[in-house]
Amino acid sequence: MFLLALKMLLGDRAKYLMLVGGLAFSSLLMTQQYSVFQGLLAWTTSHMRNMRASIWVVEARVDQVNETKAMRDTDLNRVRSVDGVDFAVPLFQGVLKARAPDGSDKMIQMIGLHSGTLFGRPPRMIEGDITQLRLPNAVVIDTLAAEMTRLGAGMGRPLRIGDTFEINDREARVVGICQTERHFFGYPYVFSSYDQALQYAPRQRKMLSMILAEPKPGLDEAEVVRRITAETGLRAFTVPQMEKATLRWVWTNTGIPISFLTTIILGFVVGVAICGQTFYSFVLENLRNLGALKAMGASNGLLAAMLLLQSMTVGVIGFGIGIGLTALFGLTIAKSGQPPFKIDAGFIVQAMGAVLLICALAALFGIRRVAKLEPAIVFRG
Amino acid sequence: MNTAPPSPSTDRLAVSARGIVKAFGVGDARTQALKGTDFTALEGELHLIVGPSGCGKTTLLSVLAGTLESDQGEVSVLGTRLTGLAASQVTRFRCRHIGFIFQQFNLIPTLSLVENVSVPLLLNGTGRHEAEAKAAERLKQVGLAGRERQRPTQLSGGQQQRVAIARALVHEPRLVICDEPTSALDSVTGHQIMDLLSGAARAPGRSVLIVTHDPRVYGYADRISEMEDGRVTGVHSGDSLAAFIHAETRS
Repeated sequence: MFLLALKMLLGDRAKYLMLVGGLAFSSLLMTQQYSVFQGLLAWTTSHMRNMRASIWVVEARVDQVNETKAMRDTDLNRVRSVDGVDFAVPLFQGVLKARAPDGSDKMIQMIGLHSGTLFGRPPRMIEGDITQLRLPNAVVIDTLAAEMTRLGAGMGRPLRIGDTFEINDREARVVGICQTERHFFGYPYVFSSYDQALQYAPRQRKMLSMILAEPKPGLDEAEVVRRITAETGLRAFTVPQMEKATLRWVWTNTGIPISFLTTIILGFVVGVAICGQTFYSFVLENLRNLGALKAMGASNGLLAAMLLLQSMTVGVIGFGIGIGLTALFGLTIAKSGQPPFKIDAGFIVQAMGAVLLICALAALFGIRRVAKLEPAIVFRG
Repeated sequence: MNTAPPSPSTDRLAVSARGIVKAFGVGDARTQALKGTDFTALEGELHLIVGPSGCGKTTLLSVLAGTLESDQGEVSVLGTRLTGLAASQVTRFRCRHIGFIFQQFNLIPTLSLVENVSVPLLLNGTGRHEAEAKAAERLKQVGLAGRERQRPTQLSGGQQQRVAIARALVHEPRLVICDEPTSALDSVTGHQIMDLLSGAARAPGRSVLIVTHDPRVYGYADRISEMEDGRVTGVHSGDSLAAFIHAETRS
């Protein structure tokens, strides 16, 4: 009977396509929006993965990794003096204006690394040697910065090693190209030595953006962080603490989560509306046939199972198409890296659960109707 | 005319109903469709239930088929007392022992003929391949060999009713219940359908119960129960049947 139930469903081509299409759209909306949201959230903490320090020390009023409030240079020594700190280095970070070879201005994420250690260096060099950052006016740029639409504008090609551009009217010479994760602000990374970065940035009284530190071997990072905070009055974070703080800041200070969650919920509601209405109409149109089956001896349980099978089948097919389209979207934008996109296996399972819940709800309306159906309906002309 | 319900020997009784009362609606809209109806049908006979529209024929048929619960009275079918049985037990009983033929055929349009006919077998737990083989055999018996994979919508009304007959008989039920099987058909096709049903009634131990208001088919009956205003008002068999048919045909 279950095979016949599927044939009954597939035989009604218009309803079948409507159901599958509605669920595919709903699945696409939910998974695509969630993946973009996840990608965006990943961007908010990408800075930490690009720097790879165990302990982050910031000014006391800083709430998250993408925020900068400059500290005094002496704060670095205060952190270094805390018991348990193996070493601590200064980091400059700031959004500066660079001038591409065609004369256009481009915003960049300037990172100044400690010259001695180059601690916080980019995770992967594609070309060049990071140690050359110690040379005058040397910068390492990421692949995004090298693009023709960014600092390569006017070159007719991406920037290469040896090319130059200007940052605040000072020459910057490319000594290396690196791979980074995209920053939350979307600006390309330009790395230089700390001292050089201070030359590029407009001069201010306080210039130290962050302090990157490592605990002594064998010591608990969280304990060292606690000591730094207690002894210096600065704010220190471990990586998980900083990630958590950053994500909390995004949730409480931006409309991003609400905006995406609204769309995801709308996707679910659209799925319920389309699937529920179409499936119920499918049941109503087949009511006489279902009544005939009931008269011939099909139990309520069997008819309910048939309806569930029909709705779950369109659910699985619709979800499959939806998630396929989401994956296609992900692959299409993978090269450009925008919008941010991160498929989460856990959410895929949850989204599938949501789609099957939609189908179960749709089937439930039909099952209720069929359960109340008197088989004698078939004897009425 | 014999106006009293028959009192056949109980060992040949296929259907027995006593004091059936059934009403629909509530308050002012309440309509009593059956008013203490008695009815019996014997094994091996083709029994017609006739009467004017609204007299309660279809309601009685629904109660006898176990698809509608009566408000009062007792129904026994093929020696099983349906009154008081749980709904699931009645459903199982129908599934095993009763074949149905409906006025509107009620074939599932998205299934092939052989799939439609195999439904009662599948409901009784027969495997798909065996069910389809038996269904194809039944289709052959009703003159539709070679059209097993066609859809009901590709057939004429008479052909669809043949499919419905094949479906009603495929699981060898002992009781076949038909609701106006010829009313949607022309005269020639109607007679062809009645020939098939009449033949089905001759199978050992089988009874065919037909509700109709089509006088053209009265001649096929072994017995006719006449209904009026929610009651069986007369039962005709033998000589009285011939007289009844004659009178009805003339009128």
